[in-house]
Amino acid sequence: MKQWWKSGSPWIWLNGGAVSISIIMVFGLLALILVRGFGHFWPHAVISTTYMQANGEQVRVIGELRKSETLTAQSLREAGIPLPEEQRVATRHLLKLGNRDVTGKDFTYFVADFMGDWSYPREITVLERREWGDFYGEPVRLLQDGQTVAERDVVWGELQPRLKRSNALFEEIRGIERGAIGNINFRLERVRLDQRKAELRGTMTPELEREFAQRRESLNAEYAVLQQRLNELLQEVRRDALVMRVADGREVTIGLNAIVNAWQPNNMSIPSKVVFYVKSFYDFIFGYPREANTEGGIFPAIFGTVVMVLVMSIIVTPFGVLAAIYLREYARQGPLLKAIRISVYNLAGVPSIVFGVFGLGFFVYVLGGAIDSAFYPEALPAPTFGTPGLFWASLTLALLTLPVVIVSTEEGLSRIPSTIRQGSLALGATKGETLWKVVVPLATPAMMTGLILAIARAAGEVAPLMLVGVVKLAPTLPIDGNFPFIHLERKIMHLGFHIYDVGFQSPHAEAAEALVYATALILVLLIVALNLTAITIRNHLREKYRAESD
Amino acid sequence: MSAIAPHSAAPRQSLLPSEEKREKLRRTRKFRDGLSRYGVGTGGLGVIFALALIFMYLFYETFPLLKPVTAEVVGSYSVAGDEVPSPTLHLTVDRFEEVGGRFSESGVITFFDARTGRILSRQQVPMPEGATVTSFGRSESRKSLFAYGFSDGSIMPVKVDYQLTYPEGRRVITPQLSFPLGESPLNLGGDETARQFAAIEIVDGRGGYVVAAGTAEGDIAMALFSTSTSMLTGTVEIRRQDFNLPNLGAPVRRLLVNESLRDLFAIDTSGVLHHFDIVDRNNPRLVGKVDLIDASGATVTAAEFLVGSRSLIVGGSDGSVSQWILVRDEASNAQNLTKIRSFRPHAAAITFIEPEHSRKGFLVGDASGTVGVHYATSSVTLKFIDVADAPINRMAVSPINRLALVESTAGDALMMLAIDNPHPQTSMSGLWGKVWYEGRDAPAYIWQSSSADDAFESKLSLVPLSIGTLKAALFAMLLATPLAIMGAIYAAYFMSAPMRKIVKPSIELMEALPTVILGFLAGIWLAPYIENNLPILVIGAVLIPTGILAWGYLWSRLPAAFRNSVSAGWEAAILIPVVLLLGWVSVSLSPWAEVTFFNGSMRQWLTDIGIPYDQRNALIVGLAMGFAVIPTIFSIAEDAVFNVPRHLTQGSLALGATPWQTVMGVVLLTASPGIFSAVMIGFGRAVGETMIVLMASGNSPIVDFSIFQGMRTLAANIAVELPETAVGSTHFRVLFLSALVLLAFTFVLNTAAEVVRQRLRKRYASL
Repeated sequence: MKQWWKSGSPWIWLNGGAVSISIIMVFGLLALILVRGFGHFWPHAVISTTYMQANGEQVRVIGELRKSETLTAQSLREAGIPLPEEQRVATRHLLKLGNRDVTGKDFTYFVADFMGDWSYPREITVLERREWGDFYGEPVRLLQDGQTVAERDVVWGELQPRLKRSNALFEEIRGIERGAIGNINFRLERVRLDQRKAELRGTMTPELEREFAQRRESLNAEYAVLQQRLNELLQEVRRDALVMRVADGREVTIGLNAIVNAWQPNNMSIPSKVVFYVKSFYDFIFGYPREANTEGGIFPAIFGTVVMVLVMSIIVTPFGVLAAIYLREYARQGPLLKAIRISVYNLAGVPSIVFGVFGLGFFVYVLGGAIDSAFYPEALPAPTFGTPGLFWASLTLALLTLPVVIVSTEEGLSRIPSTIRQGSLALGATKGETLWKVVVPLATPAMMTGLILAIARAAGEVAPLMLVGVVKLAPTLPIDGNFPFIHLERKIMHLGFHIYDVGFQSPHAEAAEALVYATALILVLLIVALNLTAITIRNHLREKYRAESD
Repeated sequence: MSAIAPHSAAPRQSLLPSEEKREKLRRTRKFRDGLSRYGVGTGGLGVIFALALIFMYLFYETFPLLKPVTAEVVGSYSVAGDEVPSPTLHLTVDRFEEVGGRFSESGVITFFDARTGRILSRQQVPMPEGATVTSFGRSESRKSLFAYGFSDGSIMPVKVDYQLTYPEGRRVITPQLSFPLGESPLNLGGDETARQFAAIEIVDGRGGYVVAAGTAEGDIAMALFSTSTSMLTGTVEIRRQDFNLPNLGAPVRRLLVNESLRDLFAIDTSGVLHHFDIVDRNNPRLVGKVDLIDASGATVTAAEFLVGSRSLIVGGSDGSVSQWILVRDEASNAQNLTKIRSFRPHAAAITFIEPEHSRKGFLVGDASGTVGVHYATSSVTLKFIDVADAPINRMAVSPINRLALVESTAGDALMMLAIDNPHPQTSMSGLWGKVWYEGRDAPAYIWQSSSADDAFESKLSLVPLSIGTLKAALFAMLLATPLAIMGAIYAAYFMSAPMRKIVKPSIELMEALPTVILGFLAGIWLAPYIENNLPILVIGAVLIPTGILAWGYLWSRLPAAFRNSVSAGWEAAILIPVVLLLGWVSVSLSPWAEVTFFNGSMRQWLTDIGIPYDQRNALIVGLAMGFAVIPTIFSIAEDAVFNVPRHLTQGSLALGATPWQTVMGVVLLTASPGIFSAVMIGFGRAVGETMIVLMASGNSPIVDFSIFQGMRTLAANIAVELPETAVGSTHFRVLFLSALVLLAFTFVLNTAAEVVRQRLRKRYASL
């Protein structure tokens, strides 16, 4: 024992333990997100049971099991649950009961000791609704214009085609609202700005005024037509309704226009669950958020993140690459080179929130304000670029990720054997030609690595974006069919901010928790994929040049 | 093209382009080469430029905080306005600094252009027949409510409003008089005998108007007017309640009633303040007497409330200026008027005090003609300006604090004092020192930046935020430093190459995980979990290291054949299931430990022994941020350890040292500067981290070092408050200042770390 202690091997084991703990933490965290995130879409079985309340009353409970935990009985007794004194530990289950509008409480803890037997009745139906969250109950009747068209067992079969119909109508309504009417509003605003511009420049003539009035008139006429079509569709979509019986026996009528999807989880086979799973995953990624972002999909957040990151790449790549080339190929040893290196490392170490503060103050207020008064005087006092938006977010992130691109590119350049450079110079090429025709093409994979790492960093960064252009709910996407198609001044949604906002600022934090895990999963998958790609490219490069220089 | 030219008799035909073409090509190539050189150079210098720009811009935004106050007389004019010359009672300026008002003893109010002195209008206050004005009282400046006391003992309250109209798009300000308590003078105290009042106070407070008046005999009469608007007819009904206060026993010089209508302060001519509690209107109670001036023989010459009427500024005949607030005495639960600070004294007796309308500053005029600009919260005297040779008689400061009108006793000329004083609150002591704020029992470090009310005293102490930042960073480092450095030593020195190929990318992945996800998990998953299973941490911290050691010993006892089947450098991999098992044991032991040692709930147990527990606390932040910092420290430290020249370690081993002795004696010693810089960079990252703290700390700005309490950091504070604040305000600039503090702090850390690393690299190269 003493011998073993003296050999120092306990310390080696402890050091090894530090690595093991770190590795366990990384993969444990990833596993946690994977399990919780992917689990969100699986149609969980719905439990039907009874519960003995504190006043001795027996109530029926229908809900999904969310979480079970074992606690000391003491802490439950403190919370007012009458457990016997001699009991030391107790299990409680968190059930998602849904029906927020009927009971007002969609998540409740139930102590296992007071629960009856659990059963899984096949006819329990879950409705995903556009408002008020999920609904749990048994279908009773299906109504068309107030008349019963199906009862009991046949309801389910009749429901699906009707749901398909109402969803198609709903899609059409949303298409008109988002697309056509949005387009008309955009053009009306354009007319207003054109008119204001003409007034400001003093080029307003009666003819011009008439032309503006005419343009406005025709747009308003277009709008009236759409509005009428919309009214008809709204009438249509309200045709059917479903009567459901909730856990306590009450009957509740829900219009099919309020239902997104309906399923009977206890009645599904594994393959149909898989189909359901894939479909809900698809809807999550390509759907729009509902209910203050706590339900529905995250498409605008994904789209906003991607567009922002692309604009950032366009800005950061040339600057980062030039700086790296300067450091590696042109700069001479000396204080200047030292200063640049220190600047690069400092830029990498500056807290991201400081970039946000700088972006808000300098880019948004100073640059944006100048752009507005120079190019958009007609919109003032409403700011165009003088307010946080996509472009400023991208620019701020470009500054933030500059060191990532520089360090990675520089590493790539340093790995290119000097024999290749010398060969090119010996053949009479100038330094510039050697650089651009020989060295830089060889270093492109390294630049790609840098860019990918920069994108991964930018996609996960949130703090500065809260100040310079990311909002919880953007009414329009930054790219659409209206000229000039890419709207750099618009505010965007962002995956990381979505996580913060829905997880911490939303009124239904519990209901949204699963969705936040799913969003986190998407973000983590994106970042892990980007990083693994970058690491693979880099390792490949290292191998390649090791072989060449040998 | 063939390399060898054919030998023939014919003149040699060169295949090269012509001379001019080659010349041209050379020139374009040279030009391109230069372009590339300078273009690339610009890119390189751009990095320095970007960093410098961030620094400069943040300086530029915070610089106005440091700018000294300027104030100078920019002109003067005479405003007569009265038919018979009559002394000035009071001056006002409107919020656009366009219209001034002069109240004179003849009962005339003259409104004039505040820039030129051109008279705009004259209005007469209703006065009883044959009476003269004997006293004058005013409410807080922002309420513009005044009261005249007449020689027949009656009192006339008057309100001045400025009406804004925009005919033809131009702003026109029309001053108007209104009479909130009726259009004819009032009598106080119920008696009709003519009492001449020496001091009048009028307040528009919570619950109605109070008019109070005191005589040279020490009598004080008071009336409370509560107004209610009838819903049906729209008429205003005024209910009145009269009462008298006990006699002071000395002539009344000044009366003050605060906005809450709870306290009345009567200052007599000897400088003693009598504090009455008037909560019970029918039974006013004398709470105490305070001598406001320390110096013997001196008396109080001016006293005014600051905006919000929570603190009283007292000026003495000895030139002293002090601030007094009501402070609750713990023992007796009584509110005592307490002097909380003195300002730099004036050279002559104080003659007039003019509080600012929307913040805690005030102007003081003295008998030598000097005007002082003071600020209460930061406890500073910002400027003394010699305005006149005669005593200052009256002053008015505009609601936006940029213009003051000053009148001396020397003549009826009004002097315009242009003041540039946008950020008086941010003195060194105001930002970093303990400050005694209004309504507090003692000086304290408080960050409480905003409120809807003008009268709110914003509390901008950076101390709670800085302490919060350091606290969060320290707890994170406490977890991260040992794990990262030990891991780095193992990974660089003991780990087998194939395992490194897995471990290094994993750690890079750890670094790439967005902090918003770590913060989210810490706040939503970890914080409630730890709250319910606190013993896990204690058990884990003991069990896991001892378990690892026990396993190590067990391993050395295993048959050699089995041990040798695992090659050296894979200890960490073998340990993964061991650590998982130990972790599982800790989790299962936790409820048992709670029941056995902590009466069933460790959290409750902590609270019972006097340690408050927040769900989101420094412990959670430390765990989550420690996770974020581990890879930063690990990568740099691993680099430093790995690059220790092999011949050093081989030499040590050849001399008979064990691998561990080599690590301690040679490797660590050589690599220590690199490890040091790794810790510095990790610390810099922890200091600036925003999202984790924002989501897992609870964000309460408290000064506290308990591991079970939350905090607010500089970075999180910026993220929370910057989007909400007004551009250019003091709060806005203080937030920029905190960004600058963060930047400067991390700059020092990073630069030091980078310099150390550059030196280290040089040393490795020379070894």
